[in-house]
Amino acid sequence: MGISRRAALKGMLVAGAASAGVKPARAAVVPAPPADAVGLLYDTTLCIGCKACVVACRDANGLATDYGVATNTLYQAPVDLSPRAKTVIKLYAAADGMTRSYVKAQCMHCIDPACATACMLGSLQKREFGIVSYEPDLCVGCRYCEIGCPFGVPKFEWASAAPRIVKCELCRHRLAEGKEPACTEVCPRHAVIFGKRSDLLKEAKRRIAESPGRYIPKVYGETEGGGTQVLYLSHVPFEKLGLPELGDTPAPQLARSLQHGIYKGFVAPLALYGVLGVVMWRNRSAEAARANGEPR
Amino acid sequence: MTTRAVAVGGSVDTRATRALAGLLGLGGILILWRLIAGLGATTALNDGYPLGLWIAFDVVTGTAIACGGYAVAILVYILNKGRYHPLVRPALLTSALGYSLAGFSVVIDIGRWWNVWKVPVYFWHWNFNSALLEVALCIMAYVVVLWIELSPAFFERWQDSAILPLRRVSRWALPVLAKASIFIIALGLLLPTMHQSSLGTLMLLAGPRLHALWNTPLLPLLFLISCVSMGYAGVVFESALSSRAFGRKPETGMLASLAGAIVPLQVVWVVLRLGDLVWRGRLGLFVAGDGRAVMATLEFVLFLAPVVMLASPARRRDLGHLFRAAMVMIAAGALYRFDTYLVGFVPGAHWAYFPSVPELMITVGLVAGEVLAYIVIVRMFPILAGRQAVR
Repeated sequence: MGISRRAALKGMLVAGAASAGVKPARAAVVPAPPADAVGLLYDTTLCIGCKACVVACRDANGLATDYGVATNTLYQAPVDLSPRAKTVIKLYAAADGMTRSYVKAQCMHCIDPACATACMLGSLQKREFGIVSYEPDLCVGCRYCEIGCPFGVPKFEWASAAPRIVKCELCRHRLAEGKEPACTEVCPRHAVIFGKRSDLLKEAKRRIAESPGRYIPKVYGETEGGGTQVLYLSHVPFEKLGLPELGDTPAPQLARSLQHGIYKGFVAPLALYGVLGVVMWRNRSAEAARANGEPR
Repeated sequence: MTTRAVAVGGSVDTRATRALAGLLGLGGILILWRLIAGLGATTALNDGYPLGLWIAFDVVTGTAIACGGYAVAILVYILNKGRYHPLVRPALLTSALGYSLAGFSVVIDIGRWWNVWKVPVYFWHWNFNSALLEVALCIMAYVVVLWIELSPAFFERWQDSAILPLRRVSRWALPVLAKASIFIIALGLLLPTMHQSSLGTLMLLAGPRLHALWNTPLLPLLFLISCVSMGYAGVVFESALSSRAFGRKPETGMLASLAGAIVPLQVVWVVLRLGDLVWRGRLGLFVAGDGRAVMATLEFVLFLAPVVMLASPARRRDLGHLFRAAMVMIAAGALYRFDTYLVGFVPGAHWAYFPSVPELMITVGLVAGEVLAYIVIVRMFPILAGRQAVR
């Protein structure tokens, strides 16, 4: 009996230890982008910071005006992504005042999105064209997507009693009408362009090859966090633009392989359940035998 | 075989219960306000810190303290220490109340609460990649299991009820529950093992935004181990306070010998946590001496303090001393959870979070409601062991 008791405790520990990932369940797998993946390519050297994209995005998505910091200051534009701004233009200025760059922020449309990994009922998931899209009927408003996203993209309508998650969905309603996203349509300098991800990646590499020295020789989003469908070319280090240094491993990989390692086929929980039941049953029979005055 | 549980009796209308009801009422009004005005108007939550007090305390810490039912059940049913049986029902009651509170808090916390029924029902939409889905389904199931485990206490009273249907149901349910108990209790052991570890896995998804002092694949194991100590400490807390409040003999002997099993767990936690930090070469982060390093250091102090406090068997038998050690144990696990969910979460320098007054008062109101429910239930139903303990 002592043995089976130990087995039950061991089972519980093994469940924990497996969860501890002492041995990582699987090697990192970098996923391939969906075949129909579309995206954006943004080039800091072309952007003049006119914010036409910010306004066009607001109109195309029926968002209320976001006045930014406060309405009594002269500056009246959203300062960061918010429930009313799916894209914003920010300015980076180095301490020396010489190096400057604009940067456009919006959803990166990760190839392996952490927000979709987080989402209980798949409200946020990659749908057509690899676009990470949102289905409010399946959202309970838990905001776990906001914990997961390494770019801090999903925003929550805090001011509403019936809040939704708000993020760029690459104007999927416009794509359905055969149009391109609002931000790329209005950009006067083609600093942000729309296309198939594979074409955009080729174009980005062509620009780097054509003008050596003009860019940091890397396309951000080609592999970062497992790759994103929005790509960046920049003349200043990417981390200065709020694009975090991520490895090539998809951000949700570790959490997911742990979760899968423990619950694969639900075998471990079922086995543990069985062992617990058997141990208790034996304990109980032994107790009944004792109660009947039989020797132990 | 063991002592029989009996209802404490006495009036449920006292100064204390009125005060608790008042706090609960205030919390209820604030909850209504939150539902009407939204989360932005009532909480300090924001897009940088989307999870706050209600998740870190009511759910993540609260369910760990409510693991008393889990901790005691491991002992009684798996390690076959039947003499601890009198501890089972009160522990189950605190667990059932604590988990119900957590479930209720989640409903208040989530923005689109009217969709929550879809989580267990829309199984064809289940995202098995989501640690949160596992936690949500497990906690929902466990709340049901806990109340079923506890239900004989209610049926034992109602089997002599003057109301015929109630009497019939009770008399039918009691033998059925007795036969099914193994399956139910085993489920009651499996589910906490699953979701208490997953509560650790949950924050791993934050990836680079979870500070290196807490970011480890050991999170699930560390959460699981510490929930057992916290659950035990919760039982000590409950036992010490209820014995004083109702003028009953406390189960000091049992609690003291239980401490002997719990103290090593604290040590295991410290060894794992420290070993992991050494293994990953992260000790240097302590030298930084910033707020986060201080908090992580404090975790070790709080986890080790009960080990020292309960080192001598003689001191373990002093209920007051045991009680203080249990409080430190709860503080240790609570700090570790707050650190992982809030302190160690790094959304960016321009974000800040400290719970708002309505957030705090809703939590206070719900805890008051939990204590009130405990008092009413132990006075009316056979939960606590009888005075004439036969041991």
